[in-house]
Amino acid sequence: MSEHLSTVAAPTTRPVSTVKQRSQRELVLRRFLRHKAAVISLVLFIAIVLLAFVGGAVWRYGYADITPAASVPPSAEHPFGTDNLGHDTFAQVLRGTQRSIEIALLIALLAGLFGTLWGAFSGYYRGLTDSIMMRIADLVLTLPLLAVAAVLTRATSGSWWFVALVIAALQWAYVSRVVRGVVLSLREKEYVEASRALGATDRWIIFRHLIPNALGPIIVNVTILVAAAILVETALSFLGLGVQPPDTSLGLLVSEADTAVSTRPWLFYFPGAFIVLIALTINFIGDGLRDAFDPTQRKVRP
Amino acid sequence: MLTYTIRRLLVSIPVIIASTFIVFLLVTLSGDPLANLKGRNPPPSPQVVAVEAERLHLDQPILQRYWTWITGVVHADFGPSVRTNVDIGHEIVTRFGVTLRLIAVAVVLALLLAVFVGVVSAVKQYSGIDYGFTFAAFLFLSMPSFWFAVLLKQGGISLNNLVGGQVVSTIGERSVIVEGGTWAHLTDAAGHLVLPTISLALISFGAWSRFQRASMLDVLNSDYVLFARAKGLSRRRVVVKHALRTALIPMVTITALDFAALISGAVITETVFQWRGLGDFLVSSVNERDAYAVLAWLLVVAVAVIVFNLIADLLYALLDPRIRYE
Repeated sequence: MSEHLSTVAAPTTRPVSTVKQRSQRELVLRRFLRHKAAVISLVLFIAIVLLAFVGGAVWRYGYADITPAASVPPSAEHPFGTDNLGHDTFAQVLRGTQRSIEIALLIALLAGLFGTLWGAFSGYYRGLTDSIMMRIADLVLTLPLLAVAAVLTRATSGSWWFVALVIAALQWAYVSRVVRGVVLSLREKEYVEASRALGATDRWIIFRHLIPNALGPIIVNVTILVAAAILVETALSFLGLGVQPPDTSLGLLVSEADTAVSTRPWLFYFPGAFIVLIALTINFIGDGLRDAFDPTQRKVRP
Repeated sequence: MLTYTIRRLLVSIPVIIASTFIVFLLVTLSGDPLANLKGRNPPPSPQVVAVEAERLHLDQPILQRYWTWITGVVHADFGPSVRTNVDIGHEIVTRFGVTLRLIAVAVVLALLLAVFVGVVSAVKQYSGIDYGFTFAAFLFLSMPSFWFAVLLKQGGISLNNLVGGQVVSTIGERSVIVEGGTWAHLTDAAGHLVLPTISLALISFGAWSRFQRASMLDVLNSDYVLFARAKGLSRRRVVVKHALRTALIPMVTITALDFAALISGAVITETVFQWRGLGDFLVSSVNERDAYAVLAWLLVVAVAVIVFNLIADLLYALLDPRIRYE
């Protein structure tokens, strides 16, 4: 027995690892790139954004220009046709896409930031603070978006950033619930305890340890929030409670074309298809991010 | 369980009060409900305006108006409406019935479809059929409900033109005049239900099928399912008898929560198909600055959300023996 053991040479140098060490960020990126639908969606989404913002600026018609050709079907001159006044639909769709994307991103930014802070503080302090903060979040969730948006846009001008503000003011509570849940479990981890033992302040722990470690779920939820925000904004504009003319958004365009579906179908199909395309690509990107941040979701059965 | 139920209901009362109070302030501050009356030509006499203001309690301070409303609600009095011919209590019950009829069928349909698609997707993970179903689910998840509803409505009109008769109805919850007996009324109602139901069901199906797939995958990878297979049980038996039962539990919660959300969320579908349901009631009430009517709507929706949340939690405890409420 001892002979056997002695034949194995004791390692003189430390074993060379054949596996490259990778940072968390690299791992996430690699996993995301493996999700084909998400990568295609990301490329497509960037293309749409470029088309809307760069294409909209260089396109030969402005969204408010009235061309001599009224109610013409799609052609080389007007790729998406024109409406009964002679507006170029392609220019209008690009402008609507700009507005809808701007609104959705603003909502995600505001609701994401505020919801994250709210949820992190609530989950970190627990106890009475947590109870009060979460009851407030519950209260916000009971306020019906439709009623609030309707009242506020009636009372004010209904400019695009205001619409975004109203939607964000009601959506942050979802983010805060998710973040609170993650923080509740993170705050019990050893490194938080170690940090506290070293004399770290509450603020340091929240901003240096808890929020960065909760970033995965936050990013995933905010991405999905962007897709939801696009749909909410277009729905409000469709009901006449969102963006008001002369400004335009994709929802408003569909709503204006609602009565012309059979006579001038291009007015209805193009803006709608853009909404679907934007929301679809963002949803797939969100799916890819979820797989990338949380590989346990993507199970391969033996 | 009973004490838990009672406690939950009691806790939700302050939330409802706070929520209705905020919305009451918003609606009241958004404009003058008598603007229409005052704008008439010839202008009404000051006495007429004063009488109307008194009828709507507008002569009281705002806080007192809210107090009048909330004490009235306890006695099933929902307050006066700006629209003189509308009795809010009666109207809201009728509208609730219309909306309920719309979403009940849609929810059942969506649930059946979502469970089937979710389970097949999970069992055949990463197969062509899984990718196909995934794409379909994401497509409906990304579909703006109003666009899809108008699309379906247009399809219905084309179908009617093609057949040369009224196969599916595209407007309203029932025909104005129906000739014939009960059977004629039933088929008429069903004909009106088809398109709005499909449009609501498919939109809900998108999210639900993803939940079902995720929950089924979770279960399929659990140890007891592996054990059942190792024991020699057939794959079909394990999937149907062991995995599916457990995987359905999370769906109960999601369905109950979304059912409540649909009561207020069906407004778009109601608008497109011109159903006179709760959503239409809200939109017209907001336009008229009818504060008490908006509050009645909010009350119905909020109570529905609270009750369905509670049902979801209680069912969860009933189905999953690991969960106990004190």
